[in-house]
Amino acid sequence: MVTAARPRTKKPNYRWMLHAGLIAGAVLMLYPLLWMIGSSFKPEGQIFSDLNPIPTSLDFSNYIKGWTLGTGVSFTTFYLNSFMICAGAIVGNLFSCSLAAYAFARINFKFKPVLFALMLGTLMLPFHVIVVPQYIIFNTLGWTNSFLPLIVPKFFAVDAFFIFLMVQFIRGIPVELEQAAMVDGCNRGQTFLLIILPLLTPALVTTTIFTFIWTYNDFFGQLLYLNNERKYTVALGLRQFLDASGQSSWGAMFAMTTLSLLPVFVIFLFFQKRLVDGIATTGLKG
Amino acid sequence: MTLSPTPTSIEALPQPTTSSVKARPRGRNILSDNAWGYLFLAPWIIGMVFFMAGPTLVSFYLSFTSFNLLEPPEWIAAKNYVRLFTQDGRYLNALRVTFTYVALAVPLNLAFALALAMVLNAKIKGLGIYRATYYIPSLLGGSVAIAILWRQVFGFDGIVSQALAVFGIEGSSWVSSPSQALWTLIILHVWQFGSPMIIFLAGLKQIPVELYEAASVDGAGPWRKFWMITVPMLTPVIFFNLILQIINSFQAFTPAFIVSGGSGGPLDSTLFYTLYLYLQGFANFRMGYASAMAWVLLVIIGVLTALAFLSSRYWVHYDDSAK
Repeated sequence: MVTAARPRTKKPNYRWMLHAGLIAGAVLMLYPLLWMIGSSFKPEGQIFSDLNPIPTSLDFSNYIKGWTLGTGVSFTTFYLNSFMICAGAIVGNLFSCSLAAYAFARINFKFKPVLFALMLGTLMLPFHVIVVPQYIIFNTLGWTNSFLPLIVPKFFAVDAFFIFLMVQFIRGIPVELEQAAMVDGCNRGQTFLLIILPLLTPALVTTTIFTFIWTYNDFFGQLLYLNNERKYTVALGLRQFLDASGQSSWGAMFAMTTLSLLPVFVIFLFFQKRLVDGIATTGLKG
Repeated sequence: MTLSPTPTSIEALPQPTTSSVKARPRGRNILSDNAWGYLFLAPWIIGMVFFMAGPTLVSFYLSFTSFNLLEPPEWIAAKNYVRLFTQDGRYLNALRVTFTYVALAVPLNLAFALALAMVLNAKIKGLGIYRATYYIPSLLGGSVAIAILWRQVFGFDGIVSQALAVFGIEGSSWVSSPSQALWTLIILHVWQFGSPMIIFLAGLKQIPVELYEAASVDGAGPWRKFWMITVPMLTPVIFFNLILQIINSFQAFTPAFIVSGGSGGPLDSTLFYTLYLYLQGFANFRMGYASAMAWVLLVIIGVLTALAFLSSRYWVHYDDSAK
């Protein structure tokens, strides 16, 4: 630090340097992304010969080419499939995790501490430990090559992270509200639906956002269960660019990778604060 | 953090201070608390039995069998485990690759995260914009799209080799070099320091300003304050980030799969543990063997987490006086 000797007089200068450093760091971090976005608008020959991410002209032909590349099935199908799986997973998580969270947070039942510890334990269980038996189950049911293996488990609260998130949230809601409802004759089910669920909205929104991002970005599960091109998701569709090692599809590939990042990025723009809060308070992996 | 649910109570009120509302029998409450509890928990219990605990036990059983999905599993005792550690060179290599990856990527990632959090915590203008910008790689980094991009960035004509060429360093493809390919994946992980940074930022905000003021009065410089106040006060957050990162990075799959084109190459230099597990279980359909690998992974993660917890009493500082 040059400023150590006379901090008072040099302080503005120091701030300016800090900002310069931070901006330089940010540009360096984002450069690969900018290069990818720029390349998606460049003609094929220019992509690797040009380090400047800004294209000379805005050419959408890569996007048109990339969208239909592959053998007949276009990205229209892939996006529809991805969004269907995401929607199913979101509904499943909202339904099952909120129910479980209410039980853990508010109701006293037998073996609750044991079950709660078990739930926390599954937070650390690697997916790979359960993947083989799960595959056997879904294979036996004839569910492979369908979206069911990716959606149905969510209806049974397998994402303990969200239960934990909601338990923490419900504990912050004053008990008196429920007591008043119960005095008025509400049973547990009504209390949950009429009192807890509306107050739980922020946690439900966080759950929705993170379920979407995780499901949309998931690759392992989709790779495992979906092997017909008509069932492919965006992630699997993108992988086809690697299989088809045609030299001339870089532009189309960058166009489709750029586009595939858009949904998550839009969510980031709209829900930035909630994402940041979700990570800061529970360590949810963004 | 306690494992058992602690009741939140409002002391001001003369009501019984338990978290649970006592169900008052006023006609409509037909079910007991026990029944309601299990009713609400029913989906989770079914999920636990069929998708979590059940498969975990079945996986343990399968790890002692030879099983290819078509014929019934054949009991072969501990042969899978013996084979893993004595005859399978690729497996031992996968272990080495994964440990190298975790040992380099996790500390580097956390160091960057802490450094940036410190800078951003200095009451800087535009904090929100910087935080958001540095967070973007974390948000997108796990996707297939970014892994594909990485493959090109570090590829033969990629921008990295071109940028190095500007400085007179002969360009080469990192992803096809056995000594450099793993580094591309490490860099990819370090690049995503945004989410631990956010956790660090939240932690830094919790440190009382008085501590720094008192230290300043005593004549402590910034470096000394960092080591004597910031780091000790932040150890619970460092610990939390460390556990989270270890668990996650041991299970990394997508980047290695995409960057290596599904092979773990070149020369198995990016053969991550989970990638080898996938290849054995779902390309070769040796599911008993894959289950054994999964259980070793579970033990490794469990032991490392336990070690972190056991060691935490020597280096993690919990401020009990505040409560």
